[in-house]
Amino acid sequence: MSTTTLAVLVPLLPALGAVAGLAAGRRAPGFVRPLAVLPTLTAAVLAVVVAVRQGGRAPLTAATELTPTGNAALPVELALQLDGTAVLVAVLVGTVATCVQLYSTGYLRDDPRYASYAALVSLFTAAMLLVVYSDDLIVLLVGWEVMGICSYFLVGHYWETSAARAASLKAFLVTKLGDVPFLIGILALGSEAGTFRISTIVTRLTSSLADFQLDHPTVIALLLLAGVAGKSAQFPLHTWLPDAMAGPTAVSALIHAATMVAAGVYFVARLLPVFTASAAALVVLALLAAVTMAGSALAALAQDDIKRVLAYSTIGQLGYLAGALAVDNRGAAIFHLLSHGAFKALLFLAAGVLIHAAGTGSLTAMARAGGTARRVPDVYWTLTIGLLALAAVPPFSGFFSKEAVLGAAEHTALDPAAGIPAAAGWIVLVAGLLTAALTAAYATRLWLLACRGEAAVPPAAAPAPAPAGAAAEPAPEPARTSAARTGGSHAVTAPAGSLDAGTPDTEDAAAPEPGATEAVALAAADGTTVPSAEAALDTGRDPGPERGHPHQPPVMTLVLWVLAVPSLAFGLFYDWLPHWLGGGSLGPTLVTSVLATGAAAAGAAVTWAAWRHAVTYGSVDPGPALLGRLHRGAVDGFRVDALYQRAFVTPVQGAARLVRFLDREVVDAYVRGAGTATGWLGRAVRLAQTGNVQTYLSALLAASVVLVLAVVLAGA
Amino acid sequence: MHLVYPAVLAALLFSIGLYGVLARRNAVLVLISVELMLNAVNLNLVAFDVWLRDTLRAGQSLTLFTIAVAAAEIGIGLAIVLQVYRNRAGSNVDELRDLAEPPPTPTGAGAGSDAAEADADKAEAAA
Repeated sequence: MSTTTLAVLVPLLPALGAVAGLAAGRRAPGFVRPLAVLPTLTAAVLAVVVAVRQGGRAPLTAATELTPTGNAALPVELALQLDGTAVLVAVLVGTVATCVQLYSTGYLRDDPRYASYAALVSLFTAAMLLVVYSDDLIVLLVGWEVMGICSYFLVGHYWETSAARAASLKAFLVTKLGDVPFLIGILALGSEAGTFRISTIVTRLTSSLADFQLDHPTVIALLLLAGVAGKSAQFPLHTWLPDAMAGPTAVSALIHAATMVAAGVYFVARLLPVFTASAAALVVLALLAAVTMAGSALAALAQDDIKRVLAYSTIGQLGYLAGALAVDNRGAAIFHLLSHGAFKALLFLAAGVLIHAAGTGSLTAMARAGGTARRVPDVYWTLTIGLLALAAVPPFSGFFSKEAVLGAAEHTALDPAAGIPAAAGWIVLVAGLLTAALTAAYATRLWLLACRGEAAVPPAAAPAPAPAGAAAEPAPEPARTSAARTGGSHAVTAPAGSLDAGTPDTEDAAAPEPGATEAVALAAADGTTVPSAEAALDTGRDPGPERGHPHQPPVMTLVLWVLAVPSLAFGLFYDWLPHWLGGGSLGPTLVTSVLATGAAAAGAAVTWAAWRHAVTYGSVDPGPALLGRLHRGAVDGFRVDALYQRAFVTPVQGAARLVRFLDREVVDAYVRGAGTATGWLGRAVRLAQTGNVQTYLSALLAASVVLVLAVVLAGA
Repeated sequence: MHLVYPAVLAALLFSIGLYGVLARRNAVLVLISVELMLNAVNLNLVAFDVWLRDTLRAGQSLTLFTIAVAAAEIGIGLAIVLQVYRNRAGSNVDELRDLAEPPPTPTGAGAGSDAAEADADKAEAAA
């Protein structure tokens, strides 16, 4: 088969698998797992074959007209473009999707809605692969929107919990808020460039012979950026991503770490000449990236839920990608996209196993329970590898890809290419270095809390067989001391303090654990905080399969080790990637390497010191000490949600109430009035119905006389 | 003969009939009053037929037609009156109010209409 045929099969197979899975779901439950895993696995293998055959050579394109648009020169075409970038990203998507499907067979093995879940994941994979391969903006938009709706369904998988329902709606609405300008931008770009084909647009813009220029490059670029910010969770449309953690962890790994959120950045990478045509758009992109990076890293340092930490971390790493694109370096962006996709998927899946094992998503509760390394050693090691990659420690993949981004920023800052503003380079470089330190800090904090918890607990209370018992027993002691230290005003210590006041009921296995109560209490204190669905399920349910698993299915740990390999070694391909991605060398440069690694080491060291300090004072969390005054804001994601609540949600709800009032009290009043008035009139007429025939006849006579008189008088 | 005599006589007969229909309580007398009105019309028809010298004698033939209709009508009417009298031991027109609108009652419609009927009967008996 030709490479193009294989490439067509790559998105097609998961789509067919999704249809078959939805059809077979109830009737043939035995087929659901093969139908979920095999098409995605085949697609991943085919994506690898396509990548090998393409081999980074000149892009292959193939197109067939899909539908006319009314303008003969502007048809919508079902077009593929297989360049080095597309085939590599497709390999990433296929690999991560396969890993997630395999992992889900274990993670959701008792879930009653597994069939629809797996079908939606397959459909999502198909849509993402369509976005990756598509050469037509409209077809790309189709895949883009299918991903959006799949994300909505998958985030709301645990729709019994109100948090999941709210999160799925929020994710859908916020991304749609970006998609409307995105659609307008695509149409404007298509009509100005005279085609919807991405490759043609790029060729026209980059060709030195044609001298083609867009009329309104800044407007188009900013419109497209709105959609990209929504999909890739960049400031100010990033707020949906932390809440989207209410979905199953495997979905978070697939959608909210490795693939869908990367789609926005990938789109910018494909259409980079459109963005570089406008210096203003590049500076805006750099600013967005910088604010996103630094803000999300600070917020990640303060979160208690492990999945929210990872969500904010994802936002920050996507900021790096956007930053790399703002300095016109596609190679660095795609390099970091690939390595981040691998290690973030690994981190999420490891976190899922950890939540499975601990029965809670709260880091503080995990730290108090302790014993991660002993109970789930595979998770311990793979999580460590993932965090080292995230913190950009030298031999791991994150180091090389982040170095590529920072090197590109430094290059633009000091020696800008034509048309690329040096300001963008400086913004990205400074924010990137600051974020490198913060990233190392929150990675260290996550590792210390999740994996080294037993070191923080007094030795007498540490080893306890049941996690719930171990969590509840040591809680009062540190809570009392920390409450005394901070005056009881601190958000994180408050639930532990209430646990201290009441009797800690360790016998009741269904009693909520400290971490879960913390999450719930935080959610109650601030409506914008959403605990992970696992925590919500645990507090609301009897101890079930979700809670305190001593043994994990082997397929889940296998997937973790599979993903750990690229997290370890993918960075070493930096010399080989420019051949695929185009552009200059992606190797680390000395200055940025030393600066970034130094920043990371400093961040890690400060966090470790703060942790030791916190442990001596009986707390387990170094976050409050590190962030100081910023901590309160960082816990809530700097109140962006509250701001949106005040700026948009409250006015919309007020308007809805006004409309309801107008509808019920004004419009309906006329409708009801028509009925009531007719009823009263009928009652009045019925009064004449006495039953006495002579009365009727008298009335008839009187009326006749009146009529005759009227006629006579009128005639006279 | 001048036209005014039969015309005035017909008007008097019609007025007496009208009064009887509207005011008498006895159903038989009401029917008789209807006959009076019909015959006043017949008198008019014949008188105007003569006065207009109609070659087709339309007035006279219409009179015969009216007499036939009146005979049929009085037959049916008397039969109804007889049945009413047998069923109710009385043939007063103002007591035959079964088709009256019952007053609105909060309880069920069927029970309400029965009670209303009983009330009306009592009121009439008292009157």
